[in-house]
Amino acid sequence: MASKPPRYSAAGLLTKGARGQTWPRVWREVPLQKKYDVVIIGGGVHGLATAYYLATNHGITNVAVLDKAYLGSGGSGRNTAIVRSNYLTPEGVAFYDRSLTLYNSMAVDLNMNVMFSERGHLTLAHNDSALRTMHWRAEVNKLQDIDSSVIDPNEIKKLVPSLDTSNESRYPILGALYHPPGGIIRHDAVVWGYARGADHRGVEMHQKTEVLDILVEGGDGPDGKGPGGKVTGVRTSRGDISAPIVVNCTAGWATLISDMAGVKLPISTRPLQAAVTEPVKVFLPAVVVSGSLHVYVSQTDRGELVFGAAVDPYNNYNIRGSLDFTEGLAGHVLELMPGLSRMRLLRQWAGLCDMTPDYSPVMGFTPVEGFLCDVGWGTYGFKAGPVAGETMAECIATNSTPKLIEAFKLERFAAGNLVGEKGAAAVGH
Amino acid sequence: MLLVPCPNCGPRNSSDLHYVGEAQARPNPSEATPTEWREYLYMEDNPAGWLRENWYCRSGCRQFFTLERHTGSNEFRNPPMPGNKVGGKA
Repeated sequence: MASKPPRYSAAGLLTKGARGQTWPRVWREVPLQKKYDVVIIGGGVHGLATAYYLATNHGITNVAVLDKAYLGSGGSGRNTAIVRSNYLTPEGVAFYDRSLTLYNSMAVDLNMNVMFSERGHLTLAHNDSALRTMHWRAEVNKLQDIDSSVIDPNEIKKLVPSLDTSNESRYPILGALYHPPGGIIRHDAVVWGYARGADHRGVEMHQKTEVLDILVEGGDGPDGKGPGGKVTGVRTSRGDISAPIVVNCTAGWATLISDMAGVKLPISTRPLQAAVTEPVKVFLPAVVVSGSLHVYVSQTDRGELVFGAAVDPYNNYNIRGSLDFTEGLAGHVLELMPGLSRMRLLRQWAGLCDMTPDYSPVMGFTPVEGFLCDVGWGTYGFKAGPVAGETMAECIATNSTPKLIEAFKLERFAAGNLVGEKGAAAVGH
Repeated sequence: MLLVPCPNCGPRNSSDLHYVGEAQARPNPSEATPTEWREYLYMEDNPAGWLRENWYCRSGCRQFFTLERHTGSNEFRNPPMPGNKVGGKA
């Protein structure tokens, strides 16, 4: 196996700067070939992690990652960068816990400072049913050795003094699920780290390369596509590529890509809006989430407060913001922290989320041979990136579904075996 | 805010309505197999373009109706006008 990508060092920075040397590219730009062993559509954290683990864990390096824009241009660069593993179902907990483990060792594995800050994660409960779900989650978590417990308003006040924990507020805080291993990470650095690591092991990344069609033979549908067919390659804006395995890692655009192979998915695309304030002195020591108020807040190392909300209430591929969202978000943040009333928003953006009916992903094989999916990640895709890449790579290399993602197969919808994560994933980020 | 053309109440803020989802043909209850029902329940077309969808006017006339909207531009195609039959054409 090839060694790790080279380390960045202060001494190297100094000598190169002093001598006026040029900086090497972080990843190579190479001509597009006619044939690959694996083509991955989507150059976000999921696609790049899959490529990285294919090369690192399984020695499969004749891999191309295609993106119609630039690497990390979709959800990977638009999320609120929160990672945690305190989910509700045992399947979900095991899966996200593995992801958190990989995030923990990522800086060393990739020789890249990903700025992981394990600062603790608080999910607030404002009513009895929410508090009951928190207790349920805490017990499921404890059974799987996840550090997670329910704490009362006095303990919350000690952890985050800026929160209004009085009984005077419109939605009084009754308790919270406290998850110390949760935290935030620099999402762009994760994307670049995986891209650099994959590149170092021979994987090719092709930006501005849009997939126009997926070539399938022998299927039931028109043009030989659909169930029973076999993938032979992809047609891109830069020419045809032949490949026996094509992986769909395109999040919000997932159904547009799977339609090209004749595979129907249980996914609807919704934008999720987020916003960031002007930077202030560091005062918020933990990630604070409120499901009832549809808001989550964390403070970056630069001092900006990052706010996120729930997905928009109707299907949309349009990522323009809306005033009612910004207004509602600001109102909800002020419910929690009235002291922020003079803060100003710096900017607002949105990203596309691929929502499934059970708030769990769709991973692994599809009825079309050689066409794999790693989609349906909704609002929780970033925190699952590393483990999704690791398990998808195993799935491709061994041609069998790893146990960790057995529950997330596409067949579960036809069989009615849904994995209900709504209680822990609907807003809670 | 999206302005949704309710056939009875006229243009309303989308927060006054409930988005029901894609308008798909319901299977025949006397013949459909569980697999067909689940396909109807869970699978989506999710087009990036014109989408036929159901809305419920929860704060107004409390009627369900079908509209056609472009999921990129958010424009409604041939929206029904007040006074017409529910779900009818303008």
